[in-house]
Amino acid sequence: MTIRVNETENAPSFQKAALPLLEDAQLRKNVRHATDVITHKRGIVVGETPDWQELRSAGSAIKAHTLRYLDEYLVQFEKACTAAGGHVHWASDADEANRIIVGLVKQYSPQHANDRRAGDPEYGGNEVIKIKTMTSEEIGLNEALEREGIRAHETDLAEVIVQLGGDKSSHIVAPAVHKNRSQVRQIFREKMNLPDLTDDPEELTAAARRYLREKFLRVKVGICGANFLVADNGSVCIVESEGNGRMCLTLPNVLISIAGIEKTIPRFEDLEVFLQLLPRSATGERMNPYNSVWTGVRAGDGPQHFHVVLLDNGRTGILADKEGRQTLQCIRCGACLNTCPVYRQTGGHAYGSSYSGPIGAIVTPQLLQMRQAQSLPYASSLCGACYEVCPVKINIPEVLIHLRGRVVREQKSALDPEAVAMKTAAMVFTSRRRFEAAQRLGRIGQWPLVSHGWFRNLPGMLGNWTRVRDLRELPQQTFRQWWKERAKQKPQNAGPAVPLRSARRIAQDVGHD
Amino acid sequence: MRVSLFVTCYNDTLFPATGQAVVRLLERLGHAVEFDPEQTCCGQMHYNTGYQTEAMPLLRRFVEIYQDAEAVCVPSSSCVAMIRDHYPKMAAEQSDPGLIRAVDELLPRVYELTELLVNRFGVEDVGAYFPHRVTYHASCHSLRSLHLGDVPLRLLRKVRGIDLVDLPNIDRCCGFGGTFAIKMGDVSAAMLAEKMKDVENTGAEVITAVDTSCLMHIFGGLHRQRAGVRMAHIAEILAPTESNVVGETRA
Repeated sequence: MTIRVNETENAPSFQKAALPLLEDAQLRKNVRHATDVITHKRGIVVGETPDWQELRSAGSAIKAHTLRYLDEYLVQFEKACTAAGGHVHWASDADEANRIIVGLVKQYSPQHANDRRAGDPEYGGNEVIKIKTMTSEEIGLNEALEREGIRAHETDLAEVIVQLGGDKSSHIVAPAVHKNRSQVRQIFREKMNLPDLTDDPEELTAAARRYLREKFLRVKVGICGANFLVADNGSVCIVESEGNGRMCLTLPNVLISIAGIEKTIPRFEDLEVFLQLLPRSATGERMNPYNSVWTGVRAGDGPQHFHVVLLDNGRTGILADKEGRQTLQCIRCGACLNTCPVYRQTGGHAYGSSYSGPIGAIVTPQLLQMRQAQSLPYASSLCGACYEVCPVKINIPEVLIHLRGRVVREQKSALDPEAVAMKTAAMVFTSRRRFEAAQRLGRIGQWPLVSHGWFRNLPGMLGNWTRVRDLRELPQQTFRQWWKERAKQKPQNAGPAVPLRSARRIAQDVGHD
Repeated sequence: MRVSLFVTCYNDTLFPATGQAVVRLLERLGHAVEFDPEQTCCGQMHYNTGYQTEAMPLLRRFVEIYQDAEAVCVPSSSCVAMIRDHYPKMAAEQSDPGLIRAVDELLPRVYELTELLVNRFGVEDVGAYFPHRVTYHASCHSLRSLHLGDVPLRLLRKVRGIDLVDLPNIDRCCGFGGTFAIKMGDVSAAMLAEKMKDVENTGAEVITAVDTSCLMHIFGGLHRQRAGVRMAHIAEILAPTESNVVGETRA
């Protein structure tokens, strides 16, 4: 199974990848500013929605139900889409999806199909335009197209900035969130050959518009993602803010949509729930400026050839894990990124995947079957802010803990220093005698590390603590010693006698001592 | 009421003043406090780091010790979150009906300290006196797992002599996260830096919370910078009275 979540295969661990990002003052300021703005706007539009919690519950329930009957809904979607004139392809992995899409682009391209369409300006050349597809990043589609001599032009403004800048997306909704407008100006000046361009937002968007319009009008094959695949009528839905998506979805003659199988919803009317949840969560808007819903093809109106590639690429594996499967409920709103105190510091690049932030920390390692990206489940303080904002109630902290368990059980050697320390600690905690001995030992043995009552430079992994934090030395008296002494001195103050359970009984219970 | 104290492993070992303040406070309010020395740890560190198998005997131990308790008081919201959010699931995974029932029956009697005071005892004014400028950090588990909301603040507002100042970004994680602070030390440090800036901007001399663990983290950073701010678990603010100001922390 080929799963290629962007660069994850050779990506460094989160903590290593975070280091240069933490040094990048400009990036950190940009990320803080952008996430603060979106979070603030989200707060306002969520606050004015009285049934927000009910909407979240509905969204969660619809998604959970769909996943439970995904096999049926996917076949239903295929039938409805095909009946409306679309073509549905099934791709079990990234390679298969790339093969299908490359094949389609070639099929509709005069250079490759030396048939009646050769030279027909109605059809494509060696170029495609793309919009709103993170899945294509997941499978490395642009690189696959490039290898076949096909040039992919991103048309989402932020994606344009990322692509022209030779950069990587750092946010699942706002891929260029780590760049500010003077940095955008630099990129446009160089790549669009506009030496006089200023950083005035209107000038920048005008430059992007000229650059993109030319492509919209020339390139005949469009590739898009999908926010929702509607099973009952075969519609595909994409929401966006710029209108570039609308251009990309309507101007080409050929439109290819690549979508993870989890994008399915049962009924058209379910959009009522999701089109309230998604814009509020993603951009803090009541409604997306552009909501495109189309069903197959219509003669004389929009693309005349429409293909949908349904991608598994590890998703059925996630579906089989009862703890992990809620991950597939995600509607890619990015609210968890914007609220995450970890993402806030590093931005998205530290996650080494097109899926970043808390949701990326659970999606990526699961897509990679836990064989890579094992640091990602640990890239969270488990503060719970992500779960609180998630419009479909994915309990991300719960999944993170589950995945940590899988990392420990499936990947960690029993001789790993952390595993040894944890097992030793567990031994200590399962016996009062050992616990009290450890307390004593700590108090007696700490002196070489203590300076004027403080730990300032601890050895080994604990050194990560004392690099920026002090820690008080262990006190002369533990709480339990104080309690014991107090009971001796003033028995009348110690309350009633403690109903002591015998140490033996507990020891028997837990199988120690 | 007969209150069984689960002081938590780190308070017992590193911050005995927290447990002492809880005892003084509860006794002053007329409750009988018990402490069973068989107690050790709730298993949170193991569970959250991925060592779920190792956390299991600690669950059994907790249930065994407290099954007959009238009320269990825990001066740490994150340990209560561990018990409340994860024990039922852990028990269910063992397919042990006796254990599932025991956890089920015990959970409603497990309280975080301020929960016990406000929600169970119905008291907000505990007669405390603490003449210092204080800012309160709402720990993540207190907010998003226990949903304590302003319960701790209601207690603090009634403290005599206190100069309580709002902490900006009160609900933002300080970057502790248990082993997160060790495993992701640099990112944690960046989170801590933001939190310290907010604390220092309040001009408070004391930072408080319902979790000593978060305080250990925030105060650890502040102390390194010689910021002149000290930490006090909320119990250490609620325990002293005008006639008896003992129990000030050593830190």
